[in-house]
Amino acid sequence: MKRRTLLATAALGLGLAFGGAAQAQGMDKAKACFVYVGPIGDLGWSYQHHQGALAVKEAYGDKVEIAWQESVPEGADAERVLTQMALSGCNIIFTTSFGYMDATNAVAAKFPDVKFEHATGYKREHPNVAIYNARFYEGRAIQGHIAGKMTKSNKIGYIGSFPIPEVIMGINAYYLHAKKVNPNVELTVVWAYTWFDPAKEADAAKAMIEQGVDVIASHTDSTAPLAEAAKTNGAVIGFGQASDMADYKPSPRVSSIIDNWAPYYVKRVGQVLDGTWESTDTWAGINEGEVEIGEITEAVPADVKAEAEAMRDAIAAGTYHPFTGPINKQDGSAWLADGVTAPDGDLLGMTFYVEGITAEIPQ
Amino acid sequence: MDFFGITPSVLIASLIVASVPILMAAIGELVVERAGVLNLGVEGMMIMGAICGFITAVETGSPVLGFLGGAAGGAALSLIFGFLTQYLLANQVATGLALTLFGLGLSSLIGQSYVGIKPPPTQPVPLGPLADIPFIGRVVFSHDWMVYASLAAVAGVWAFLRYSRAGLILRAVGESHDAAHALGYKVVRIRLLAIVFGGALAGLGGAYVSLVRVPQWTDGITAGAGWIALAIVVFASWRPWRVLLGAWLFGGISVLQLNLQAAGARIPVEYLSMSPYLITILVLVIMSSGRGRAALNAPAALGQNFHASR
Repeated sequence: MKRRTLLATAALGLGLAFGGAAQAQGMDKAKACFVYVGPIGDLGWSYQHHQGALAVKEAYGDKVEIAWQESVPEGADAERVLTQMALSGCNIIFTTSFGYMDATNAVAAKFPDVKFEHATGYKREHPNVAIYNARFYEGRAIQGHIAGKMTKSNKIGYIGSFPIPEVIMGINAYYLHAKKVNPNVELTVVWAYTWFDPAKEADAAKAMIEQGVDVIASHTDSTAPLAEAAKTNGAVIGFGQASDMADYKPSPRVSSIIDNWAPYYVKRVGQVLDGTWESTDTWAGINEGEVEIGEITEAVPADVKAEAEAMRDAIAAGTYHPFTGPINKQDGSAWLADGVTAPDGDLLGMTFYVEGITAEIPQ
Repeated sequence: MDFFGITPSVLIASLIVASVPILMAAIGELVVERAGVLNLGVEGMMIMGAICGFITAVETGSPVLGFLGGAAGGAALSLIFGFLTQYLLANQVATGLALTLFGLGLSSLIGQSYVGIKPPPTQPVPLGPLADIPFIGRVVFSHDWMVYASLAAVAGVWAFLRYSRAGLILRAVGESHDAAHALGYKVVRIRLLAIVFGGALAGLGGAYVSLVRVPQWTDGITAGAGWIALAIVVFASWRPWRVLLGAWLFGGISVLQLNLQAAGARIPVEYLSMSPYLITILVLVIMSSGRGRAALNAPAALGQNFHASR
C-alpha cells in the first residue's frame, strides 16, 4: 500500500514536471489505453470498443501506442487496473462501462495529467475527466417499431442487464414505439444482473420464449439470446446489440444497433496529440454516426422496413425525437406534454417506466 | 396448473437442462476430491472442454464426437495439473487457480477462428410415445442424451464409491494416503486417474454449454460455472446424490428467477439469486462448527500432497 502511494506520488511529480510543458504544445507520441468489461471476443459491447481502439492505431500509426485490458470487473479491481495503466505511461484512458464511474474519478484525482474518458456515466469531478455516451435509445425506438409490427403473440421482450438509466431509457423507447404501432403489445422485462454471461442470457431468452414472447431485444453483451432464438426456426426474432451480430442474419437477427466508437476515439486521441483536449460531455447518436442501424433483413416485410428506415432518417435529420410528448409515467402522472421532447437531463437520470409497462423496476 | 403463470413441467424441464454443466463438473470434482486432491481448475477445464468440443463438433459435424473432444480437452488440461501436483508436488490450490487462468487464455486463443459459427445441433432422444405423456413426458422424456448421461454419471459414481473395491481404494487414498501406500496401493497413479476423470467430466460439462445451452463459441462462455461446481461439491458434503440435489438447486434457482421475471411475478428476484450462495455459506458454517457426521465427511487427506519418502 505504502509503496503504491509512493509510486503514485512519484509519477505525479514526474507528470507535473514534464506534463505541463507537453500540454501546451501537444505531444509527438501518445499512449491510449482501454479498459473493457468483457472479453474482446464477446462480439458485442467490448468488441465494438476494441474496434474503436484499432481505428485509433490505424489512424495515427506509430504516433500512438494502444494498450488494453479485458474482463476488468466493475468495482475495486477497476481502480487497481486504472492506477496501473496511469503509472505505465498512458496519456489517455478510456473506461468503457458504466460501473467504472467512481473508479475513474478516483484515479483521475491522483493523475491530473492523464486524460480519462468514461463511457455512459455522468460524473465529471475533475478537469481531466470527460464523459461520452451514445444515444442508443434512438436505435431502440426503431427496434420497437419493428417489434410492434412483427410480433404475432403481441408479447415482446427485453433482456436488461442492470436497472440503470441507460437501460431503462432503452426499454421505454422500445416499448413506446412498439405500442404506437400495436396497441395490444405487452412488454416482458427480464433482468440478468450481468453484462456478460452467455448461459444466463440464453436462459433469460428461453424463459421469455416459454412465456410466448416472440420478439426479443437484449441489452447484454453476448450473442447468446440470438442463439437461443435461432433454435425456434424463425418463430422468434431478435436484434443485434452493440455489434452487428451478422452471423445470425437474416433471422433471428432482423436488424441491429451498432456502436461505432471509432470516430470519437480517433478525434479524442488526436486532441491529446495536438494538445487541444478538453473535458467534455459528448452524447452522440444516429446523426453523428455513433449509433448505426444494421441492415434490416428480408425477414422484415418491405413496408415495415421502409417505415423503420424513414424513422431512422428522421431521427438523423433531427426532425423526430423518440421521446416526444404526450408521454405519461407508469403511475399515470404526466411527464411530457404534447409535442414536448425529453430534455437530456431527464433521460440520463431516467428511473421510471412509461405508462403501459406492467413490470416494476427493481430497487 | 400454473404458478405465477409458469408451467411447472416446463420449468422443471429447463431446470434439468440448465444444471447439466455444473452437475457434470461437480460430479467429476467430487471423485477428484474423494481421492484427496483439490483441483480448483474446474473453470479452466470446463472452458477448454467447451472450445475443444465445439471445434471437434464443427470440424466433424457430429455432436457426439464433439462431446468426446470436449472430454479429451478437459482431461488433457487436467493432466498438466496432475503432473505438477502429483510428480512435482506443486501446491494444489495455487496450481488449480493457475490452471483456470491458463484454460481461459488458451481457449480464447484457439477459439479465435471459431467465433460466430453454429455447431451441429444435438437433438432430443426420440422416445416416441413416452414424450407425449402429460407432465412426465415433458419433464423426463424430452431431453437430449447428455442429460441422461449426466444422471447416469451420478448413479455410476455413487455405485462405484459405495459398492466397488476400486471405489473403496479411491476413498482410502483420499482419507489417508500413507495408510493406502503402506497397503501397497499406488497413490499417485490412483490420484492421476481420478484427476483425469474429473477433467473429462468438467470438459463434458463445458462442451454442453457451447454445444447445447448456448450453441456458439464466445470467449469466457462458461462465465463462472466451474466455481459454482466447486461450491456444490462442498454443499453436497462429498456425496453424489447430494451433488445432484445441489446442481438442481443452483441451476434451478437461476432458471426459476428468470422465469418468474418473464412471467411478471412481483417477487424480489435478487434474494432468490442470492440464496444458493447463502445456503452454501450456511452449510460451510454448520460443517466447520459441528462435530457431527457432516464435518467428518471431508476427505481427511484433501489437498495434501503425497510422496512415498515421507
